[in-house]
Amino acid sequence: MPQEARRPNDFVIKFANVNGSGSASANALFAKSILRMGVPVSPRNIFPSNIQGLPTWYEVRISEAGYLGRRGGVDLMVAMNPQTWDKDIAEIEPGGYLFYDSTRPLPKSKFRDDIHVLGMPLTEICNREYTDARERQLFKNIVYVGALSALLDVDIKEVEKLIAEQYKGKEKLLEPNIKALNMGRDYAANYLPSITLKVRRANGVGERVFLEGNSAAALGAVYGGATVAAWYPITPSSSLAEAFARHCRKYRTDPDSGKSRYAIVQAEDELSSIGMVIGAAWNGARAFTCTSGPGISLMQEFLGLAYFAEIPAVIFDVQRGGPSTGMPTRTQQADILACAYASHGDTKHVLLFPEDPKECFDFGALAFDLADRLQTPIFVLLDLDIGMNERLCEPLRWDDSHHYDRGKVMSFQDLEAGKEFGRYLDVDSDGIPYRTYPGTHPTRGAFFTRGTTKDRFARYSEAGPDYVENMQRLLRKFETARHVVPKPTLRPATHSTRFGAIYFGSTAPAMNEALDRLQEQGLHLDALRVRAFPFGDEVGEFIAEHDQVFVIEQNRDAQLRMLLVNECVVDPAKLIPILHYDGTPITARFIGGEIAEKLSMFNVTPLRKVAP
Amino acid sequence: MTYIAKPKLHHPALEKNSLGYVRRDYEGAISTLCAGCGHDSISAALIQACFELEMPPHRIAKLSGIGCSSKTPTYFLGSSHGFNSVHGRMPSVLTGANLANRDLIYLGVSGDGDSASIGLGQFAHSLRRGVNMVYIVENNGVYGLTKGQFSATADKGSKSKKGVVNNDAPIEMVSLALQLGATFVARSFSGDKTQLVPLIKAAMLHRGAAFIDVISPCVAFNNHPGSTKSYDYVREHNDAVNSLDFITGREEIVADYAPGSVEEITQHNGTVLRLRKLHTDYDPRDRLAAMSYLQERQAEGEVVTGLLYEDPNPDDLHAHLNTVEAPFNQLGERELCPGAAALAKFNASLR
Repeated sequence: MPQEARRPNDFVIKFANVNGSGSASANALFAKSILRMGVPVSPRNIFPSNIQGLPTWYEVRISEAGYLGRRGGVDLMVAMNPQTWDKDIAEIEPGGYLFYDSTRPLPKSKFRDDIHVLGMPLTEICNREYTDARERQLFKNIVYVGALSALLDVDIKEVEKLIAEQYKGKEKLLEPNIKALNMGRDYAANYLPSITLKVRRANGVGERVFLEGNSAAALGAVYGGATVAAWYPITPSSSLAEAFARHCRKYRTDPDSGKSRYAIVQAEDELSSIGMVIGAAWNGARAFTCTSGPGISLMQEFLGLAYFAEIPAVIFDVQRGGPSTGMPTRTQQADILACAYASHGDTKHVLLFPEDPKECFDFGALAFDLADRLQTPIFVLLDLDIGMNERLCEPLRWDDSHHYDRGKVMSFQDLEAGKEFGRYLDVDSDGIPYRTYPGTHPTRGAFFTRGTTKDRFARYSEAGPDYVENMQRLLRKFETARHVVPKPTLRPATHSTRFGAIYFGSTAPAMNEALDRLQEQGLHLDALRVRAFPFGDEVGEFIAEHDQVFVIEQNRDAQLRMLLVNECVVDPAKLIPILHYDGTPITARFIGGEIAEKLSMFNVTPLRKVAP
Repeated sequence: MTYIAKPKLHHPALEKNSLGYVRRDYEGAISTLCAGCGHDSISAALIQACFELEMPPHRIAKLSGIGCSSKTPTYFLGSSHGFNSVHGRMPSVLTGANLANRDLIYLGVSGDGDSASIGLGQFAHSLRRGVNMVYIVENNGVYGLTKGQFSATADKGSKSKKGVVNNDAPIEMVSLALQLGATFVARSFSGDKTQLVPLIKAAMLHRGAAFIDVISPCVAFNNHPGSTKSYDYVREHNDAVNSLDFITGREEIVADYAPGSVEEITQHNGTVLRLRKLHTDYDPRDRLAAMSYLQERQAEGEVVTGLLYEDPNPDDLHAHLNTVEAPFNQLGERELCPGAAALAKFNASLR
């Protein structure tokens, strides 16, 4: 079979491993070494809800063009897991490569005729070299990283440098790792054929940084002034709380006393988590919780209280596949409606949709200003795809002249000067009343916070007019929110078009790529990335300006589309859902294929088919 | 309930405490509970305790859940911020509030439905975390607002007003509190103010998780023969192990006692509780003995009251978390935001 010449720096490599075998750090090392050569990479962990033994995959997209979405298809499969062998082999693109452990011979029927096979006796090599079982296992991973670096022309110096950084201060471990790396490298150089997938040094990374959305969001909370975090462990959000603890130890330890300028409580459940957040925020601290879909379900009653009693709260929802326990380790954007209308009665909440770790950081900090300004819960909707994977993004930035917006809080001086205080009094016609922190003034400004209805002075009242006035004011406040949340970003088509696309969150990189591919086919769409709910005027206008608008999302029921239909004055027939919800991250191939097919129904045909 | 509004003018000769407050300054709105409700007596005891302790009312935060008991924070300490949260979840809200500002006094008011049924989990976890608070359960063994269903503290064999016998084992809040690590545990009776007021004062001075179970008869639904939470039953079966007479600190109080009958417990802040022993062999510093004594007496249908346990050297959640002395809600960008330079370094570590 001839080896087709391929463009360097443009392929997908997938590692099929067994959970708990130590492959994760070796695979990450591999990905980062390519990044160090200036070539953008986008890795994704595809892992089971399991600690040890079940299949796990690590898929790395290498793209000098900078496409960070999942592409679909695999050019080189590193098949290290016999359990998933057949499925893994089937996933390889025709003409692609299979790298496997050839220690144990496999019948020909286990392979495919249209792929190139690279066998390396990894187990044999490691068994010969190491006696300890765990060492055999761990170094096997490093050995294959060495072999791959030779096959793909990855600069070994970059890998060695990364290993040296990793084992800084633990030099005893450095030397055996370097040895294992070179063992793999030497074997590949001597015994394996050359392949056409190559990594070439490039300038595609620039000053961009490589981190997980959960870590970025947690750092956003540090910069945003959060002092209280209450959480309950749940995949895929636990690493956000853990990152917050890590960042706080570094940035929030009082240098003189060694004491903490933060409190993190692992609560007994999600109800308690959100209760603590609400209690802390009521008392003037910035507080957050992080959770996933099942936690959002459990928090419903408290979220209604925070909405109605008007207490700030920040909730990071790292979405996973629902409903119920659903797919705990797979990604979806399926909590949109559960968050937008959380709790019984008439409620609406502010949602933010970050596209990558950079926005996880920005929105993570912004959420606290918004929560204080609007005195209401703010949801930051990440998902597993951006939360738990390292993603290349613009460096995080902070403006030192930025002051926290603590919102409308009456001080001792205000109260002493005799300013009128009514906890639910709309003095500025923006729907936002003033509040006081407990303990501010000996005789003025105290009020009773409750989830029952009340009048403008926080006195219990079930009188219809008091209730209606309060509910109307909450709507005015939501209208105010519309103007202060992040605006959508527009990517206009290069040609004028009557078609549009609306997308949000982690769909962004795949969408960007799909738009390029569609454009190459002569299919032009204006694209709007929605970044927050309530929707700004731009969203309704965008829909009005186009005949048909595709709404791309990662859930079954087109939840964002429902929200658009509910909250904007639009003709639902204009909004065409493009839905991907099998738990894997959405791909450019999927979006491009679906949109091209749907466009053909409107008699718009591609100029030419271009394979992505 | 009464509909007579309280006059706003104070008599000039009313007794003032050292802060210049009269007792009325610690009161709240008129109670909307039934006439004779035990909860109103507890509110009155709280008012008296705060007045006598000379606490600035606005430095106390009152938090509650849902139910008759949880309504009561409206009826005392009108100058304090109050938070009537959701059913059974007062402890988490209080925990968060306490984390935000460690300088206030936190008073959690709950009932047996709120704390022993829907909120048993939060009750337990707030005590085991050692949240610095006074947690009062106004315990009447019955759901009043929903008209007379048994609560989880109703004794097995006790009878409802409609004559239904309760077959479920009761949850003993004080035993649980002792087991869970509360550092101050007491039980009292709403009808015994002389016992209750000093206990509340001692709990407020305690720097840790203080729990008081107050049997508080429901006159509407649980004050009949066959109830074990009625005024008559509790009076007949009240086994008080001790009585707190004095809290010294501000002024020296001199009195004569029979030798061996009085014990002094020095509090964390230097004040001294003077404990008059009613059972000479009851030691409120022995958690295990307290637990076993409670079990024994409970088996005999007795209601043990008094200061059941106090750890003279308690710690609290803030100590466990090693938090700074300054209240979090007073920290600003300078203390909280690492700034652009630190971020540039962080970025550099991610390439």
